[in-house]
Amino acid sequence: MSERRQLVLPADPAILAGQAGLLRAQALSRLKMALLVGVLIALAVFAFWRLDVSFWRIVKGFGDLGKFVVLMVPPNAGSWANALVYLHSLAETVAIAFLGTMLAALFAFPLGLLAARNVVPVRIFQFMTRRSLDTVRGIDTLIWALIWVNVVGLGPFAGVLAIMTSDIGTLGKLFSEAIEASDRKPVEGVTAAGGSRVHQVRFGLLPQVMPVMLSQVLYFFESNTRSATIIGIVGAGGIGLHLVEQIRTFEWDRVAFLILLILAAVAAIDWLSAHLRHAIIGKSSVAV
Amino acid sequence: MTATSPGAAGGVALPRLPDHQLTPLAEAYARANAAKRRSTLLLIVAIIIASLVAGGVAEVDLAKLFANIDRFTNYIVRLFYLESGAPVWTDPAEWFWGWKKWLALLGDTLLIAYLGTLLGTIAAFFLCFLASVNLNSNAWTRGLIRRLLEFCRTVPELVFALIFVVAFGLGPLPGVLALAIHTTGALGKLFAEVVENIDMKPVEGVTATGATWWQTVHLAVVPQVLANFASYGLLRFEINVRGASVMGFVGAGGIGQDLIESIRKFYYSDVSAVLLLIIATVMIIDVATERMRHHFIGQGMRP
Repeated sequence: MSERRQLVLPADPAILAGQAGLLRAQALSRLKMALLVGVLIALAVFAFWRLDVSFWRIVKGFGDLGKFVVLMVPPNAGSWANALVYLHSLAETVAIAFLGTMLAALFAFPLGLLAARNVVPVRIFQFMTRRSLDTVRGIDTLIWALIWVNVVGLGPFAGVLAIMTSDIGTLGKLFSEAIEASDRKPVEGVTAAGGSRVHQVRFGLLPQVMPVMLSQVLYFFESNTRSATIIGIVGAGGIGLHLVEQIRTFEWDRVAFLILLILAAVAAIDWLSAHLRHAIIGKSSVAV
Repeated sequence: MTATSPGAAGGVALPRLPDHQLTPLAEAYARANAAKRRSTLLLIVAIIIASLVAGGVAEVDLAKLFANIDRFTNYIVRLFYLESGAPVWTDPAEWFWGWKKWLALLGDTLLIAYLGTLLGTIAAFFLCFLASVNLNSNAWTRGLIRRLLEFCRTVPELVFALIFVVAFGLGPLPGVLALAIHTTGALGKLFAEVVENIDMKPVEGVTATGATWWQTVHLAVVPQVLANFASYGLLRFEINVRGASVMGFVGAGGIGQDLIESIRKFYYSDVSAVLLLIIATVMIIDVATERMRHHFIGQGMRP
């Protein structure tokens, strides 16, 4: 760094004034940045104090965590019978995610149509649908699971219903947005050819939004596989129940086995749905 | 389709292809249509079969559902009645009797989400440059970091929380760490995508001056990506607020603990009060972060 060569600019007053202005602007934006970082740090310090996070607790915790990780290797189901039980509950998890997503899509489809401005041009109606979808969406899947357990008892069926309920809200919203973002021209074309209201939706709207909706549903299937793995925590079926049990009884090698199963299942479903999504989007572009 | 509009009845003569040209076209159209129908039908059949199999595995019992569906509606209705039997809106003071405690817990929930997001964002920030193909040409470290991020975001945060509760003890700390790890995985991927889409000319310019790798990242990459990072970070905060509200279900702090107790002990009006508070908070945070995100994006890429 000692041999740094200097670049000498001609001392033109206009250039110097311009540089001064640039420097001032830069100093101001630096000041703003410093202020923002200061606020973020202050809030973090307050949070650490308020949540009672002490240094030695973190150190001790990480020590324990290290021990658990050592005990997790090698992952082990305990016995073949156990492995089969785990595999069955993994299948249950995937089934919960699949059925929950399908049912949610089934119910969300008409709701999405009703909540879309260009299908039902009644403001107040649309407002009501939107707000109820928001409320349903605002309640976590786990809470819906607790409620459904009261209705159909413990087991995977409650999980299916819970995933369905919370996704009706989200999918309904996404569907209505997809419908509102659609192109008006095909609908106008169908109208001009003498199509009825139903024809307009069927031939003008659906071909446009169907691929979008299908790929959203597939995406939700992926993310629901993750949700379905934890829904067992409240007794709504799937692999979560075993996971909680093994963590609470410190069977770390089994915990690792279960986590690996989950990772494998999620990766498989991601792969499958990515391929299906490409197929759907590819097909639609050919059809158009 | 029959022509119903009055204009069509007038009979405007459309130009028509001669039959020997039209027939093959019409046939090809019919064939293409039939193929599309067939594949759609196939898809529907596949979905139905998969649903039936899944229904068997997931122990779906529609008879039980319809027999007990009144319990669901009853439950929802009960949420809006106090212990005394009066509707909740007749006595808001009794309905929200624990508001001081609940607001404090909600504040804790927000702080858990904040700390989790902050720590996760910092970790993702330092990892994303190593996970981008344009800044790290070493396939080994890049792959390693990518797998690590994948692991962090695939394992649900509640699973991390369950394990951390055993290691760190009950309280908000495991919740913070679980959210932080999940955030690292989710944001690390998004950040890396942003970094891979940057303009490489500033990077080349700074590299040409003899800057080290970190200096290049600092001076040529960070100014381009900071606004997007901030926007993604805020979006994550929004998601983490929802996540933090159920951390208490496994003993990892926040309002979830109170909520699950009220649900388990059938304190109906408490459940609705806490749920309303959570929904209101989430909505406020949604609106506030959206404003801030627009601000950041509007501000553009500034150093």
